[in-house]
Amino acid sequence: MTRVVVAMSGGVDSSVAAALLVEQGYEVIGIMLRLWGEGEGAGASTNRCCTLEDMELAYRVADHLGIPFYVLNVADFFKKTVVDFFIAEYLAGRTPNPCLRCNRLVRFDWLLRRALALGAEYLATGHYARVRVVDGRYQLLRGVDPRKDQSYVLAVLGQHELRHAMFPVGDYTKEEVRALARRFGLPVAEKPESQDLCFLADGDYRAFLRRHAPEALRPGPIKDTRGRILGEHQGLAFYTIGQRRGLGIAAGVPLYVIDLDPVENAVIVGTAEELGRRSCLLEGVHFVSGEFPSAPFRATVKIRYRAREVPAWILPMPDRQARVVFDEPIRDLTPGQAAVMYDGEVVLGLGIIMRTEREPPPEVMETLAASVPA
Amino acid sequence: MAVRTVYMDHSATTPVDPRVVEAMLPYFTEIYGNSASIHRFGRAAAKALEESRRTVAAILGCHPTEIVFTGSGTESDNLALRGVAFAQRRAGRGNHLIVSSVEHHAVLNTARQLEEVFGFEVTYLPVDEHGMANPDDVGRAIRKDTVLISVMYANNEVGTIQPIAEIARIARAKGIPFHTDAVQAGGMLDLDVNRLGVDLMTLSAHKFYGPKGVGVLYIRQGTPYLPTITGGGHERGRRAGTVNVAGIVGLATALRLAQESRESENARLRRLRDRLIQGILDRVPDARLTGHPTERLPHHASFAFKGINGEELLLALDVEGIAASTGSACTSGRAEPSEVLVAMGLPHDWAIGSLRLTLGKSSTDEDIDYVLDVLPRAVARLREMQAVEV
Repeated sequence: MTRVVVAMSGGVDSSVAAALLVEQGYEVIGIMLRLWGEGEGAGASTNRCCTLEDMELAYRVADHLGIPFYVLNVADFFKKTVVDFFIAEYLAGRTPNPCLRCNRLVRFDWLLRRALALGAEYLATGHYARVRVVDGRYQLLRGVDPRKDQSYVLAVLGQHELRHAMFPVGDYTKEEVRALARRFGLPVAEKPESQDLCFLADGDYRAFLRRHAPEALRPGPIKDTRGRILGEHQGLAFYTIGQRRGLGIAAGVPLYVIDLDPVENAVIVGTAEELGRRSCLLEGVHFVSGEFPSAPFRATVKIRYRAREVPAWILPMPDRQARVVFDEPIRDLTPGQAAVMYDGEVVLGLGIIMRTEREPPPEVMETLAASVPA
Repeated sequence: MAVRTVYMDHSATTPVDPRVVEAMLPYFTEIYGNSASIHRFGRAAAKALEESRRTVAAILGCHPTEIVFTGSGTESDNLALRGVAFAQRRAGRGNHLIVSSVEHHAVLNTARQLEEVFGFEVTYLPVDEHGMANPDDVGRAIRKDTVLISVMYANNEVGTIQPIAEIARIARAKGIPFHTDAVQAGGMLDLDVNRLGVDLMTLSAHKFYGPKGVGVLYIRQGTPYLPTITGGGHERGRRAGTVNVAGIVGLATALRLAQESRESENARLRRLRDRLIQGILDRVPDARLTGHPTERLPHHASFAFKGINGEELLLALDVEGIAASTGSACTSGRAEPSEVLVAMGLPHDWAIGSLRLTLGKSSTDEDIDYVLDVLPRAVARLREMQAVEV
């Protein structure tokens, strides 16, 4: 019998994932990760992914399904690899997405290794995404429910991880998953879905940074694009690209945050027109296929988890870099966020936005013109 | 699920012998009186209680009045340490305790509390690489104000049997009360308190096929002792609280049964254990036996495997149906080695990979075969995955 480890959270999605695998005849082992949360110390985790109540629920689901269930404590590793990264990115003036890092290093490395060591062939999670094999290569696809699709946060996975990954609920819509939970008689609560990060005590990342990285919250100047000082900001981490409110400056035209400069500790503001970006530089570029293309190619790109996808050219560069040239200028392009590239329903890969540009450098346009048939 | 289940955690607890259950049953519904009551219901319960006391006293070679029934081995250890320490201080005899550094937490954490909260001074005896305390060290640690020595009979984690009789002679010569935690030894080793020379001794029923929630504290007549559970005058004022008659009947029955089959069962367990130890050392690279090679409990096999995490090994074994235990803990996700193995001088990358396999009545050669088949593969897989962040 093929053994599968399911990462359980006590929520509907991972519980239904476990139930589906049991029904399909796999030997299923439930594992819950105990992550780091603020106020770590005695007793249960303070991380909202794994409260005592969630553990109790996951335990009851496992008991209902007749599968073994273990809680693995990964608090130290999670703190070191995810939370400290989150803080460091803000200190560097970027806006990180810690969920991608957690999926890559905690779920699909730390936990995957342990699943394999337990003799499991697969690690399953409750993500809305799918895996397909084409000619012996593994593809990551969107979940069938467009409103729930979570392929964005899984774009960090590669061939090794996908070979051992299962996303049993990716073939269903959220409504179907809820119906399945009822059919399986699962004792899962309908937890309200949170957009907040699991390790924040109160869902307020600014308050978190104030407690854990006060140096990220040094006041500094607010400048316009010509370097004129228009006011004072309360710390770079309080501001995001595209933000209009709360700047505390009066101007004839609406002003938006268009850049954060960690070297000068300055917030740069500009008009709506100046906010538009035609291109950006990606670093740490990763392709799910494991093959780094050499020629420019077309893709649709998602610049943050909940962003609308936009068409663009991707120009691969040396040192795992790439430049994205969007067909139309876009707003809210934010350094630190991941740009995930799609070809239809297939996730091609991702890179971290490091620098944004109002217009791509001229040589980039020349390369594009040369490589693209008129 | 797993093809078979193998219980190799008898040092954690044992199943209750059906004969013990049978002996206990009447005391729940028929002879249910409070043994302290004066009426016939109470007298019937008291009769069973005193019979049980005589049974235990006969096996320990002591007077029945020297037997105190308690709620657990941990409780007995707590009563012994605090009881003697407080009584001695009250009598102005001093402030200094000696315990071994490989005691069970029931003793170790009680000693630490006496030290940190109540102002006693504690000497923690070192052990050698086999986890054994040296009687000469006890002699050297004794001071004018030493009021209690406590050294366990056999270690729970590594199975090493301590030189109790020798330590007892040293303590006796200096007139210092000597307590031994014999929880792991109960039902397996000689429990005669005079041959051992101990003044206080702790036992727990569930380690020898008796029920959970009942223990013994032997207190030699004349030993300074202040009760630290106060209330009614139960157990001659040494441990207040309504007496658990059914549990005590179970304890006495279980101890008697264990005593009757001790010789033959120990020989059987020793043979199985030696097969297990040899098999594992032959099949698993970078493995070593922890604890003493010969002076160890007959059912006890404990190991350290280099470069793996004991808790993860337990999971891997549980998935295959094998129940075992480890001394290492993952309190915050980082592997913490057992204090006992650290005290024995084991390097960190070995000490976090500890495994204890303890046999019992149900253990068979087939169980050994199964473990010898599964364990080497489990260790190899964990090493392959480099699953430990050292």
